[in-house]
Amino acid sequence: MLEQILSILPQVIFDGFLLGFVYAMVALGYTMVYGVLELINFAHSEIFMIGAVVGVEVFRYLAPAVPNGFLLLLLALVLGGLIAGGTAVLVERFAYRPLRKRGTTNRLVPLVTAIGVSFILQDLVRLIEGLWHNEFFLRMRTVEDLEGSFELFGIFIQTKSVILILVSVVMLWGLTYLVNRTKLGMAIRAVAQDIPTSSLMGIDPDRIISRTFLIGGSLGGVAGVLFALQYTTVTPYVGFLPGIKAFTAAVLGGIGNLPGAMLGGLVLGQLENFFGTYLPLLTNNNFGTEYKDVVAFLILIFILLFRPQGLLGQIVREKV
Amino acid sequence: MRKLGVLVAGVAALGMALGQANVIKIATQSPLSGPQAALGEQIKLGAELAIEEAKARFRQLGFDLQLAPYDDQANPDIGVGNANRIINDPDILGVVGHLNSGVAIPSSEVYARVNLVMVSPANTNPRVTERGLKNVFRICGRDDVQGPAGAEYAFNNLRVRNVFVIHDKTAYGQGLAEEFKKRFEALGGKAVAFVGTEETSNFVPLINQIRSARPTPELIYFGGIYSQIGPFVKQLRERGLKTRLMGGDGLDSSEFERLAGSQAAKGTFYTTVAGPVSAFPKAKAVAQRFKQKYGKDMEGFAIYAYDSANVIIAAIENAIKANGGRKPTRDQVTAEVAKTKLEGLTGTIEFNAKGDIKKAKYFVMQVAGTGNWADNKLIRVIEVAAP
Repeated sequence: MLEQILSILPQVIFDGFLLGFVYAMVALGYTMVYGVLELINFAHSEIFMIGAVVGVEVFRYLAPAVPNGFLLLLLALVLGGLIAGGTAVLVERFAYRPLRKRGTTNRLVPLVTAIGVSFILQDLVRLIEGLWHNEFFLRMRTVEDLEGSFELFGIFIQTKSVILILVSVVMLWGLTYLVNRTKLGMAIRAVAQDIPTSSLMGIDPDRIISRTFLIGGSLGGVAGVLFALQYTTVTPYVGFLPGIKAFTAAVLGGIGNLPGAMLGGLVLGQLENFFGTYLPLLTNNNFGTEYKDVVAFLILIFILLFRPQGLLGQIVREKV
Repeated sequence: MRKLGVLVAGVAALGMALGQANVIKIATQSPLSGPQAALGEQIKLGAELAIEEAKARFRQLGFDLQLAPYDDQANPDIGVGNANRIINDPDILGVVGHLNSGVAIPSSEVYARVNLVMVSPANTNPRVTERGLKNVFRICGRDDVQGPAGAEYAFNNLRVRNVFVIHDKTAYGQGLAEEFKKRFEALGGKAVAFVGTEETSNFVPLINQIRSARPTPELIYFGGIYSQIGPFVKQLRERGLKTRLMGGDGLDSSEFERLAGSQAAKGTFYTTVAGPVSAFPKAKAVAQRFKQKYGKDMEGFAIYAYDSANVIIAAIENAIKANGGRKPTRDQVTAEVAKTKLEGLTGTIEFNAKGDIKKAKYFVMQVAGTGNWADNKLIRVIEVAAP
């Protein structure tokens, strides 16, 4: 048994990283919005899904016109990011901002709104795709440039996996830079600290919140495109599970904390992939792959029992 | 002149009233909207063609034979609702349907209240006929034979000894996979693993398991639906695994090839209970009429629906004769269906005491990978008596 486990362990760890980076990118969207508004934006799962759908459509329509697979992917990433980010901005503008302006203090109201928006987006995409192509299962088109693979130290690696990791590392680094080193980042941090006070300092909170949604949504959209490229089939409901898991990852890392969200995503990706592969082996076939999420979430609950603020989170004190 | 008008109107009204008394309807229930509409429409059109062809014969007997199509949307609640409307229409003497076993099982319980006969062209779940309902019949095979048929082909013809079994955790997929495994092991093979998964996008953990399984599996059997198996195969082949793959009739859809990609789908084996037109020499001429009339290719379920409708039509004709030319009751029609002995497009149709066809056909097919589902190779026809 041990020999069997060890023989594919490097592969499992590599695949866990792939999944982990997807979760990390989505988790950042949750964490940023939470950091600024203390709102769990459940509609973020659907922003991710919209990115995936845009990716599929870009490949469907532009693949014949753009001979270079990498250029095509770049186009898909840019468009997917922009459209998903734009949708997130619209959602904030028309669903969350009116509630904020009315001074709704009940935390549950925006939360329920977010869940409602999530359903609306799912069915909207289903309707559009139904009318447009009469398709429910969307298939990512195969492009030769991106289909290569090679083996390294016994690990089977696909070109598109390498791209996924590279793009997400760049995005994560870029976001960290943006938040910590730029003026916009400083403004975001100020709004996150205290909205009324920041507006006294010459910051327009609405604009900053809108930009936060744009950035978080774009990241989610890019993650969606990469997800579609990696796992090939997309439906209007494909966002739900990755969304929930990314949210969990954000909580695991310490919600509101950017490096925490990345770490949480990677940890969750590893846990899920590890147990998905090895559960039948470890339990002598009594528990199959289908229990991977159960085990992963049990471990999360266990971690949070001992560290409720998350891995990198700080205990929330009264803001001063 | 006015008098003549009144007279004409009177005669017409009388004619309609008489006609009304002599209307006989056969209902179909299948999904006509939603994601499974393509399959459901085939059932409706197959039955419609059979009814159109019998109309003249019924006119001579003094009856107007009509089709009453219902849309069950592949949803048990809607199927049962329709079933209640069907049993309240006294002219309906038989039902052709359904597509989904999950809809057929509760709906047929409604028909059973008035002993209205249902002949199914497509339901493969054993429970459809195992409940002892006297009004339920089917002319297609059962999952508890389909699984073993696949197992025998894999063991005897493909000479596979180690198999990796996956299922989708539904009544259909898991049932099929269990029956496959049972027979495969009885033959002396080994199931290296038996795994359930509801995953629809990320099959990487499963693929790594297959890679690490010892002894190395020579075949993967997947009891599930094309929407799940398609992306699974695509990812499996992308990761360089060439292990052969087999599935049941849930895989029998051109959508499978679209989702997997022709290259990855090529060579996949599947068993099915509804063979293609090419499997039935007698179906050729009917398929041409079908294409002329509806502008669509006739597929497996339409052939079976055509036969199902003919079973009911023949039973009604016999019942009319036995009844001295008067309209028969539902009980009489049901009794006649049980006595059926008919040469259909799909072969000899005779029912056993449960309502299963005495000898059902099972087809082993292989995906051609040309992008056209109709090109798939028919490898073998197995005829097995119902259990």
